[in-house]
Amino acid sequence: MTHLSQEKAPIMEALNRYKHMRVVPFDVPGHKRGRGNEELAAFLGEQCLAVDVNSMKPLDNLCHPVSIIKEAEQLAAQAFGAKHAFFMVNGTTSAVQAMIMTACKAGDKIIMPRNVHRSAINALILTGAVPVYVNPGVHEELGIPLGMSVQDVERAILENPDAKAILINNPTYYGICSNLQALTDLAHEHQMLVLVDEAHGTHFYFGENLPASAMSVGADMASVSMHKSGGSLTQSSFLLINNEMSEGHTRQIINLTQTTSGSYLLLSSLDISRKNLALHGRQVFEKVAQMSQYTRDEINKIGGYYAFSKELLNGDTIFDFDVTKLSVHTREIGLAGIEIYDILRDEYDIQIEFGDIGNLLAYISVGDRQLDLERLVAALAEIKRRYAKDKNDVFDHEYINPQVVATPQKAFYAPKKNLPLAESAGYISSEFVMCYPPGIPILAPGERITTEILDYIAYCKEKGCFLTGTEDSAIQHINVLKEVE
Amino acid sequence: MNLWYTEDHSPHARFSIRVEQHLYTGQSEFQKIDIFQTVEFGKVLTLDGYVMITEKDEFIYHDMITHVPMATNPGIKKVLVIGAGDGGTVRELTKYQSIEQIDMVEIDQMVVDLCREYIPQTASQLDDPRVNLFFEDGLKFVRKKENDYDLIIVDSTDPFGPGEGLFTREFYGNCFKALTEDGILVNQHESPFYTEDALGMQRAHQRILGFFPICKVYQAHIPTYPSGHWLFGFASKKYDPIADLDAVAWNELDLITKYYNTDIHVGSFALPNYVKEQLQDVE
Repeated sequence: MTHLSQEKAPIMEALNRYKHMRVVPFDVPGHKRGRGNEELAAFLGEQCLAVDVNSMKPLDNLCHPVSIIKEAEQLAAQAFGAKHAFFMVNGTTSAVQAMIMTACKAGDKIIMPRNVHRSAINALILTGAVPVYVNPGVHEELGIPLGMSVQDVERAILENPDAKAILINNPTYYGICSNLQALTDLAHEHQMLVLVDEAHGTHFYFGENLPASAMSVGADMASVSMHKSGGSLTQSSFLLINNEMSEGHTRQIINLTQTTSGSYLLLSSLDISRKNLALHGRQVFEKVAQMSQYTRDEINKIGGYYAFSKELLNGDTIFDFDVTKLSVHTREIGLAGIEIYDILRDEYDIQIEFGDIGNLLAYISVGDRQLDLERLVAALAEIKRRYAKDKNDVFDHEYINPQVVATPQKAFYAPKKNLPLAESAGYISSEFVMCYPPGIPILAPGERITTEILDYIAYCKEKGCFLTGTEDSAIQHINVLKEVE
Repeated sequence: MNLWYTEDHSPHARFSIRVEQHLYTGQSEFQKIDIFQTVEFGKVLTLDGYVMITEKDEFIYHDMITHVPMATNPGIKKVLVIGAGDGGTVRELTKYQSIEQIDMVEIDQMVVDLCREYIPQTASQLDDPRVNLFFEDGLKFVRKKENDYDLIIVDSTDPFGPGEGLFTREFYGNCFKALTEDGILVNQHESPFYTEDALGMQRAHQRILGFFPICKVYQAHIPTYPSGHWLFGFASKKYDPIADLDAVAWNELDLITKYYNTDIHVGSFALPNYVKEQLQDVE
């Protein structure tokens, strides 16, 4: 690969050239630079609609890039230290699915922690691949799922030598990293591919003193949510490949499900954000880490809250911690994270990323201002003063080890019946139940429903978590397999 | 020469002052600071292009933000002033011999330094031995205080820019905590007149309401602020600004004021119907 200048942004530059050509559009989109939809143009801005265009020769084609998109992909690959980078416009969900569909066919085994994002299990429904779950374990005090221990993964590999791949979260939503280098080496020794979900790890490629990135340890594929810490538009993402992975085959897999009308708003946002991170990422994430550390220190001074960080490291299941994450344990003040999440929005006009039972996560980025950090800290102090309760009111289990009875695909498509949730204990679920965010399934298709799980779902509902996953939008009924195995 | 300072009072209404000389322009860490010499209003301080004070009408604002709470509770000993970088509020407070301590928290030291240099009319008392200056975020400062002040005066900029945090529920809650059991909170409360200002005014009122048993609003006429019709918030744990006003005691202090008197004190709480309606809407 020839060395390209990261100052370039080929997609943005091509769009600018295209605008200046003042081409008369007799192609889609039908809004024709916004002229055909005045209200939309007024709301989003004419500049925005002027570059909402179709693929064409001067602008290349996402399904089969040969010119500017290809060049932009090469620039991204270079910036991330990958063999190739694909621009993804169907979210990181599609990147995770493309990784699994590239690595596994129907019946192939894939080793993964159970605290994966729903997109990974969705990919198992699509492919018919069989999950081998590694219990990530739960932090005793914080109640959060951790990384995978090297020993547990080794056991899973030895018990399933035919597995094709291993999927690793780097980091988890809370910022916790497994020993990525050791897991990658281990998997490669057993001829398994290493797929890494880096939905929350874009900045690992650019910041200093941050956990190792997938490409840096020689992993084979990684899904990187540029739209999270990378600054691009929502739904835009990169899929990175490395080693012997075939660019052509991976693109075929991507094209199975990705739109043929890739949005140039999303593509250019990826291009511009990649340029920005390549040129300024180090300073950007140094600042983000400083802001997170400041906020963490101030929150810890309030008392009751525990904004955790690297002191948790244990050399294995918490091998590293992403210090840009602001994860706060709330149980000591007697409030569930989700309750604080709601109070912050309803009373203080502060929207945080998510709250679950024992924790909340505030997303800190380069767009934050010092005064906003002060507001968050002050609001948390006020919530403690006004609402703190006895800590025993808060449930203390987050991770429930699943009993997997059928593969996700088989369970999803099997003959099923619909039962009231409360009467479903003992049956095998045909669908998901999860709180969103974070989108980590409480129940996945093919898992046995237990009273412990039902209690947990009821508790999440009571605390105000946004539950989703079942056909029944009220989450009162659940589809279960007709045959009890 | 025909040099004018113009401020948008609304997206569709402007206010202009002829400028004799642009004395200072600069950018601090937080905002753009300008000082003008004008014929009509004397020296004028603007932050991010908004008039903060003019030498000609600052007395109205500073009289009303300090003497109303001071006359309501003459026993006030310890005062926290947030914002107020021009020093005018502190100047009025130092007139009271009974006050023992004034802590002033201003986020932008450059504003204070420039006012000392260019506008001594307001900054003159900042060296009073009872005054302690803190250059930090007001929200952060007050968060760490508990049962500490008899009076908090929030002399802030508008609810956008560096003053944003001083119009929030978390700030008012923190102030409640920082006040003693008979504490009073007085704040710059925006204007009811133009739509945007009125929304800020209503939001501020709504957010204070939850914390204090007594929440009143009073007004003054300040020519250089948008519409000239300006409001102050009076929130208190115990003292009612009218029922507890001891006019005789205040008048015996024999303080010289140019706007405030004990009649206007009472009268300023009488609000026009459209303002009452705006307040009732959020109560």
